[in-house]
Amino acid sequence: MAATDTHSAIDAVWRIESPRLIAGLTRMVRDVGVAEELAQDALVAALEQWPESGVPDNPGAWLMATAKHRAIDHFRRNRMLDRKHADIGRDLDARQRTAVADIDEALDDNMGDDLLRLIFISCHPILPTEARAALTLRLLGGLTTTEIARAFLVPEPTIAQRIVRAKRTLSAAQVPFEVPRGDAMAARLASVLEVIYLVFNEGYAATAGEDWMRPALCEDALRLGRVLAELTPAEAEVHGLVALMEIQASRARARINRSGEPILLLDQNRALWDRLLIRRGLAALERAQKAAATPGPYTLQAAIAACHARARTAEETDWPRIAALYDDLARLAPSPVVELNRAVAHGMAFGPAIGLELVDKLLSEPALENYHLLPSVRGDLLVKLNRLAEAQLEFERAASLTRNERERILLCERARACSV
Amino acid sequence: MRFMVMVKATKDSEAGVMPSQKLLEDMGKYNEELVKAGVMLAGEGLQPSSKGARVRFSGNKRTVIDGPFTETKELVAGFWLWQVKSLAEAIEWVKRCPNPMPGESEIEIRQVFEAEDFGHALTPELRAQDERIRAQTSAQEPRP
Repeated sequence: MAATDTHSAIDAVWRIESPRLIAGLTRMVRDVGVAEELAQDALVAALEQWPESGVPDNPGAWLMATAKHRAIDHFRRNRMLDRKHADIGRDLDARQRTAVADIDEALDDNMGDDLLRLIFISCHPILPTEARAALTLRLLGGLTTTEIARAFLVPEPTIAQRIVRAKRTLSAAQVPFEVPRGDAMAARLASVLEVIYLVFNEGYAATAGEDWMRPALCEDALRLGRVLAELTPAEAEVHGLVALMEIQASRARARINRSGEPILLLDQNRALWDRLLIRRGLAALERAQKAAATPGPYTLQAAIAACHARARTAEETDWPRIAALYDDLARLAPSPVVELNRAVAHGMAFGPAIGLELVDKLLSEPALENYHLLPSVRGDLLVKLNRLAEAQLEFERAASLTRNERERILLCERARACSV
Repeated sequence: MRFMVMVKATKDSEAGVMPSQKLLEDMGKYNEELVKAGVMLAGEGLQPSSKGARVRFSGNKRTVIDGPFTETKELVAGFWLWQVKSLAEAIEWVKRCPNPMPGESEIEIRQVFEAEDFGHALTPELRAQDERIRAQTSAQEPRP
């Protein structure tokens, strides 16, 4: 096998094995930073040896065994240090024995729990959201710092620093390597879901240009979500988020034109929607709905997305159902943007006058003050009500607020059309 | 990126010989591993070609040919659809698969086209549709 082939094989093995490797090692050494270093050491050893020896039959076990030796060295080194510092060293032999036992145990199929612990520690609320995302992609997605930097359009040293700081913070705070229980679970899980959805949106919203790395970011988020759903099958919102991401991802091919500009949902060519992802999304939504009596915000959003996914044409969309779901969402997770979407849904379901009434309640909302979609929605409803002079003003205002040149031109055209 | 991973047919699979209990168990475990890793999007086993058919095209003519087909090694006995990072990752996963057949067998890995692979080969209708971007938010995707 040529050296480059071996290198890409090693990359692939790393991608597959590193989360479990790091998770198992973290359980032993109780420090995610040290665990990752040990795993990296094993990777370096593989890079040195495999081009000569070939990729072993069971590369995961090889990496784990190598890391295990490094871990034992690490404990020995610490013991020397401890001795030097005249620290209490009496239980160190015992500790070392325990560590070895731990590693052996880590090799068996207890892995799922460790992986879940690793997800929770990477997404710990003690870390800033950006750091959580970078650390999660690094430790659980198996991405390199370079790949993460490229994905987030941030210089590499920034990401490297973010990760180093995050690991230091976790270590200093002695964050336990555990799956939270009871009341803590909901909040901690929310933090995990937030990170996964942030990664997804970073890929999904970034539609500009030839940036091929960014759809990959959606795939990374989906993969993390699918892994998490297998680890926490009883958590409804995990399935809800997976459903939401699968259904949104199903539209990837239809939602931008060749110049990378967005095509709105109702204008999309539904033949381009990915039926496989829709099917997976609907199945995940069903799991979410079975797991909890009352749906959470992700499940509600997935249910809304599912209404669109089920409609074969834009005209078939079940707007009353979508309006009802937005009502629930607005109660559960109120935000001005949800309110605006709710107004649109009500307008589609029950007529433009109803929609306008809801939109007008948002006019004093400070968060929407410079949001071009507010006047744009209002203009649209006014056109439907044949109040063209007012609509014209709204489109002009929307045009002055948008930062997208293409959209500005279209809004100006709509404004002009009102005066004809 | 996505790969279609195809298990090639053998004399046994074409003869409708069912896999052993052991192989079913091993395959089940392997599939579970693929799902847990978030890799597997879909997968199915296929009946022997004796239960299938082919439609041959020649200009405007269509001829139906009933199975079975003779070139066993070229036939597919089952497939998966995977989402992975690279061909190398797909290869690594395939190497972990239990031998899907008694004796000799082969698994073929093929990359699935993605939207961006088509580049500018969009149809005129699609192009026309692309042009119709309207500043209308009724279609905003749900995003609080």
